[in-house]
Amino acid sequence: MRALAGVSLAVREGEFFGLLGPNGAGKTTLINVIAGLVRPDSGHARVMGADVAREYRRARRLLGVVPQELVFDPFFTVRETLRLQAGYYGLRRNDAWIDEVMHHLDLTAKADANMRSLSGGMKRRVLVAQALVHKPPVIVLDEPTAGVDVELRQGLWQFVRRLNRDGHSIVLTTHYLEEAEAHCQRIAMLKDGRIAALDTTRNLLGSFSGLEVRLHLDRDGLPAGLPGRVLAADGTQFRLRLANPADLEAALARLREAGVTIREMEVHPPDLEEVFLRLTGRPS
Amino acid sequence: MMRFATLCTKELLRFFKVSVQTVAAPVLTALLYLVIFGHALEGRLQVYEGVRYTSFLVPGLVMMSVLQNAFANSSSSLIQSKITGNIVFVLLAPISYVEFFAAYVLAALVRGIVVGAGVLVVTVWFVELRLEAPMWVLAFALLGAALLGALGLIAGVLSDKIDQLAAFQNFVIMPLTFLSGVFYSIHSLPPFWQRLSHANPFFYMVDGFRYGFFGVSDFPPLASLAIVAGFLLVVSLLNLGLLKAGYKLRS
Ligand SMILES: Nc1ncnc2c1ncn2[C@@H]1O[C@H](COP(=O)(O)OP(=O)(O)OP(=O)(O)O)[C@@H](O)[C@H]1O
Ligand SMILES: [Mg+2]
Repeated sequence: MRALAGVSLAVREGEFFGLLGPNGAGKTTLINVIAGLVRPDSGHARVMGADVAREYRRARRLLGVVPQELVFDPFFTVRETLRLQAGYYGLRRNDAWIDEVMHHLDLTAKADANMRSLSGGMKRRVLVAQALVHKPPVIVLDEPTAGVDVELRQGLWQFVRRLNRDGHSIVLTTHYLEEAEAHCQRIAMLKDGRIAALDTTRNLLGSFSGLEVRLHLDRDGLPAGLPGRVLAADGTQFRLRLANPADLEAALARLREAGVTIREMEVHPPDLEEVFLRLTGRPS
Repeated sequence: MMRFATLCTKELLRFFKVSVQTVAAPVLTALLYLVIFGHALEGRLQVYEGVRYTSFLVPGLVMMSVLQNAFANSSSSLIQSKITGNIVFVLLAPISYVEFFAAYVLAALVRGIVVGAGVLVVTVWFVELRLEAPMWVLAFALLGAALLGALGLIAGVLSDKIDQLAAFQNFVIMPLTFLSGVFYSIHSLPPFWQRLSHANPFFYMVDGFRYGFFGVSDFPPLASLAIVAGFLLVVSLLNLGLLKAGYKLRS
C-alpha cells in the first residue's frame, strides 16, 4: 500500500508549520521520510538544502525529531539519556544546554531518575529534550502534547515559541486543533497520503468556515438584505452564518439602517476544527 | 569518533549495569560445566599427551563463554532496541553504518573478553594450566569475539522477534559451539565426524585458542587463524551491506 503520494511541500526557514490530518493520513510517515527513518520509493526530502539520503550527516544534524511513540531506553537515567543523545551528535560537553532544556521542560528534579520510573508525561518531556540536545535549527514535533498535562503543555509551548523566535523552524503535528491554530503560521492538511490543503492558518480559517453570529434583537423578524445565511430563527433570537469577517460590518450596518436595536450579540470565531472536518471528513 | 565512542559506551554501560546477569551468570555456568564434565570424564578421556582432561576443558570453556557472550551482547541489545523502539535515537543521529557496526561489535567483543577472563580467573584455581603461547590466546579470543559479535549483529538485524533470535541462538550458535571440540578433541571422533567438524568455524577458534595454552592442537594454528579471520571478513562485509541498505532498520 501507499502511505504517501505526491506530497510536495516546503517549510520556510523560521516558520512555525502545522501538519494536520486524521489518524493514518501519513503525517508520521512524512516525518519519517524527512528524518531518514523511512526511505521513500520515489522522491526526495531535504533539510535546509541537505538531502536526507545523500547528505545524511548534515541533514540529521540540522534536524531534531520528537517521535510520536513513547520510546525510551530503560537502562538509563534522564541525564544519561540526554548525554548519550548529545554524544550521538558528536557533542561532548554541553551539560549547560542539557540543564537548560531540562529546566524548561521541568525535568530537573527527575534528572537522576531512571527512565523506567517516569510517568508517561515525563517520558514525553524527555523525548522532547532528546530532540533538542544538539540545538537543531529545524525541530519536528510529532504529537508532543499527547498525554501531557496542562501545565507542561503551557510550559512546552512557551519553550517552543521561544525557540521559534530564536530562529528555529518548527513543524508540529497534533490532534489538538486549537494548538495548531494558536501557534502555526501555515498548515498543511493531509488526507490519505495527499495534501488536502496547504495555506496560512489565517486563510484556512477565513476561506473555509466564516463566522457564526448569535443575535438577540428588540423585535421579531430580520430586516431583508442581510449578508450571510440564517441558520436559525426563534422569536427575537437569530443565528447567522457569515462567509467572512468583513460581512460582519455589513450586517451590523444593515441592522442599524433598519432601526433595529441589538440587545445581545455573540460572535463565534472561525475554528480550525470545522475546516478540518470539512477538508478531511467524509462528505455529509 | 565521538559518535562511535558514545554508541560503544552506551552498549558497554548496558551490560555493565546488569553485570550479574551478563557477566556473573555465564561465569557460574562455565564453572558448573567444569565441575560436572570434569568430574564425570576425568581419567576416562585421553586428549593430549600429558594433559589432564580438566586442564584441557578449561580453555574450551573460556572460549565458549567468549563466543556465546559476544553473540548475546550485540544480538540481544539490537533486538531489544528494535522491539522497544529506542533504536530510533541512534537512527535519527548522524551515525554512519560503519560507526554503528564498529560500536556494536567492539562492545560485544569487550563483553566476550570480560566474561572469558572471568571464567579463566575462576576456573584456573581448580586445574593446572600451562600458557605456552599467550599471543595465540589473545589473537583467537579477540578474533573469535569480534566474529561472534558481528554474527550477533546480523542476527539482531534479521530478527523481528525474540523467538526468531532465540531460534538462531538455539539451532545455530549452540550446536556449533558444543560440536566445536570444547569438551573433546576431534581426533577422538570417527572420521566422518572429524571431517564434519572441519566445516565448523567454531572448531578453529576453540582449537587455536587451546593451542595457545598447550602448544598442541588438532589443526595448525596459523591456518586456523586465517580461517577465522576470513570468516570475520565475510561476516563483516555482509553486515556492512545490510546496514548500509538499512535492511529492516530503515524501511
Ligand atoms: N511500517 C509501516 N508499514 C506499512 N504501513 C505503514 C507503516 N507505518 C504506517 N503505515 C501506514 O501508513 C499510513 C499512514 O500512517 P501514519 O502513521 O503516517 O499516519 P499518521 O498521519 O501519523 O496518523 P496518526 O495521527 O494516527 O499518528 C497508515 O495507513 C498506516 O497504517
Ligand atoms: Mg502519526
